[in-house]
Amino acid sequence: MRKAQGSWEKRILKSLNSMCTELSIPLARKRPVGEQKELLNKWNEMGTDEPDLSLFRPVYAPKDFLEVLINLRNPNYENGDSLSFRTHLGLIQVPLKVKDIPELKECFVELGLNTGQLGIDDSTQVPPELFENEHVRIGQKVLVQQDSAAAQQYIRQGSPTALRAELWALILNISSQPEDILYYEQLKTNVIQHDLLVDSLIYKDVKLTASNDDYYFVFEDYLYQVLLCFSRDTSVLSHFAYNSASPPKSYIRGKLGLEEYAVFYPPNGVIPFHGFSMYVAPLCFLYHEPYKLYQIFREMYVRFFFRLHSISSHPSGIVSLCLLFETLLQTYLPQLFYHLREIGAQPLRISFKWMVRAFSGYLATDQLLLLWDRILGYNSLEILAVLAAAVFAFRAVNLMEVTSLAAAEAVLADLSTLKVMPLLQIFLFATVT
Amino acid sequence: MSRQKNQSYKAHGLPKGKEREQRTLIRFKTTLMNTLMDVLRHRPGWVEVKDEGEWDFYWCDVSWLRENFDHTYMDEHVRISHFRNHYELTRKNYMVKNLKRFRKQLEREAGKVEAAKCDFFPKTFEMPCEYHLFVEEFRKNPGITWIMKPVARSQGKGIFLFRRLKDIMDWRKGTVGKKLTIVEAQPARANMNPSGSHDTKNSDDQKDEIPVENYVAQRYVENPYLIGGRKFDLRVYVLVMSYIPLRAWLYRDGFARFSNTRFTLSSIDDHYVHLTNVAVQKTSPDYHPKKGCKWMLQRFRQYLASKHGPEAVETLFSDMDNIFIKSLQSVQKVIISDKHCFELYGYDILIDQDLKPWLLEVNASPSLTASSQEDYELKTCLLEDTLHVVDMEARLTGREKRVGGFDLMWNDGPVSREEGPSDLTGMGNFVPNTHLGCVNDRKEQLRQLFRSLQVQKKAPG
Repeated sequence: MRKAQGSWEKRILKSLNSMCTELSIPLARKRPVGEQKELLNKWNEMGTDEPDLSLFRPVYAPKDFLEVLINLRNPNYENGDSLSFRTHLGLIQVPLKVKDIPELKECFVELGLNTGQLGIDDSTQVPPELFENEHVRIGQKVLVQQDSAAAQQYIRQGSPTALRAELWALILNISSQPEDILYYEQLKTNVIQHDLLVDSLIYKDVKLTASNDDYYFVFEDYLYQVLLCFSRDTSVLSHFAYNSASPPKSYIRGKLGLEEYAVFYPPNGVIPFHGFSMYVAPLCFLYHEPYKLYQIFREMYVRFFFRLHSISSHPSGIVSLCLLFETLLQTYLPQLFYHLREIGAQPLRISFKWMVRAFSGYLATDQLLLLWDRILGYNSLEILAVLAAAVFAFRAVNLMEVTSLAAAEAVLADLSTLKVMPLLQIFLFATVT
Repeated sequence: MSRQKNQSYKAHGLPKGKEREQRTLIRFKTTLMNTLMDVLRHRPGWVEVKDEGEWDFYWCDVSWLRENFDHTYMDEHVRISHFRNHYELTRKNYMVKNLKRFRKQLEREAGKVEAAKCDFFPKTFEMPCEYHLFVEEFRKNPGITWIMKPVARSQGKGIFLFRRLKDIMDWRKGTVGKKLTIVEAQPARANMNPSGSHDTKNSDDQKDEIPVENYVAQRYVENPYLIGGRKFDLRVYVLVMSYIPLRAWLYRDGFARFSNTRFTLSSIDDHYVHLTNVAVQKTSPDYHPKKGCKWMLQRFRQYLASKHGPEAVETLFSDMDNIFIKSLQSVQKVIISDKHCFELYGYDILIDQDLKPWLLEVNASPSLTASSQEDYELKTCLLEDTLHVVDMEARLTGREKRVGGFDLMWNDGPVSREEGPSDLTGMGNFVPNTHLGCVNDRKEQLRQLFRSLQVQKKAPG
């Protein structure tokens, strides 16, 4: 796995470097004073800037990453030549251990049919006395006691809208101390003083994705404020201790290969890809001070999101998620899986982008936040794979009728009307297996 | 059909004692070629008539109304989509006059506190006749910003902001000075263009008339609530079926329209920053059509709830209910309440940083052209439900409190969300029957409604 991650990183870096040379833009440069002043003035409305980004391309898109994952092979694994019913028909050919439905049921026991959920039991037909009122009351108690572990347990049943911002901060152990605010301001100063090539990539990504979104366009300026600072935050480097990836290195001009002149580039070690800004966009719904928004995003990234674009064997890593998704589909919806495979529409090709983005931009915001509640509650991203499979199960009838990849994509193009919790509940607890 | 022994609940506007004729064929007419046409054409049993044919239903534009209403005979069942003198509500200067008068009356009858509930309209002065009053107010509040709006134009045309009397004096010398004589020579309302509305094409019709233009100077709300640093206003739909007695329905859906640029008071001349009209935004250099700059009200309500908590949001929305009711009450005695008329108003509301709603304007002809797929859905459903309430097919009993996405907000008195007779003490837990920005499960509701209506018809009664 590490070897694969290593070579993937080399490719990304190569792409970044070649863009750099093609466009003759340095990876980093110090801004002249006039430019610094200008940027400071415009800090709250960077979205109005329209720099010429036409020559910039995102360094990679999720589908490029998928190709790499598809080609992963374990050289020690002997599959045998004969095809049996155990043969995995999906794209991922790495034999990692993934949970099956009985195990998932145990793991996600709080999502069961007999337990109240926000996202189901707070709908208009259900009188609030049955579940919602009590649940809100408990949530308030948890917040008063500032009990992080209790919050994490509590949020498995969903968070009330009014309490969500505080609950997430509690679970992620974010308390905005003066040092934190100062740290953010320091990062902001770094942005003002130095211009990085990745800044243009960030701009481009925001313009291409979040700004074009019907709902997130409003938060465009916040996204720049968070992402530009994020790329300069060296404290993020510490997450590489448990990340199979390693931060890319760059060398001061003229000193290639000399370790004393190596710096991490970008300073936080994370090269943004197409759609990266969508990790931040839903958080803008909850947090309005830039430094708070920043802290929450950074913590979410180093706990969860980084696993979605690095190759590892971790159960929440993207490889495992892909495998979990395919296995669930193949085991419990074999007819659908087989049919899609036959028409050249491998399900993972469609669901991959959902999982890489943790469904941001695909689901309605309130549904997305309910889903992310559970990610925090269970401290795992496996729910993304389960949801992806549940979506396919939900639209199985239509999918059985399609005859091409394009048609399958069309059936699954619009997820904005889906209700996440009922889908998950039905798939895990109410389907005959 | 058995009648419920529910004395305190009145039916909403069906002729008593008479069985309404069931019509199988409804002839409609309209000049609008947008969402409305789609909805009308798809309605079962409705056929279009053109030119001089006889019609049962006319979604007319206000210029036709002005010219023809007074000498058009309409059978009892016929319906038309405007009130004769709707401009009492929709033209900014009339609305101000009516509201001021109503406020005074309320103060006399019910005291200062009740009258203060009418303070949702920023201080407005009609120009040029109230110019001196305006100057007095201006001098009392130095440094604040004012906005000058033409009374009868739409889509943001002719509007400008100012802070110094010098700006307005120049303007007055330049334009008003000439027109002052024309205005004073003629009786107040004779020549006015009564179309204080969005998106009508009538502003072009006035070319052959003497251009008489009235303006209002209004206090500019300097601390608007911002989302993502941007200013926005809310568009809400209110359907009035009659004024005497007052029967009004509130639609659950609506939207927030965002300005494309960030809000700052330093750029008074930037038309695009301050005006959130979609029409103006469309010409802004920043405008990207794909964006649409709109949020559905549900989204807006959720955002506010996650930021301020559900109670604050409840208060805000009930303050908005107050705006709708009071504004309609203020023109209740002035508007000719012809039983053939109904009207779908588009209310423009601005929220300030203290979560206080302000009424910007009421539109008699809110735009029915869709700016995006989502917008198309909203307007289609809105119009379908409007036609359900108008009920040309005579299916409703008249006791419904909800039809599709419309909730009966006022029925000659407040309407409660609770079932059964309203609380006679007047106190207690009165919850108004409004659900603005709430879940709109209209399809399900309509299905249940029409099914139960069919059942009721079959039952002996």
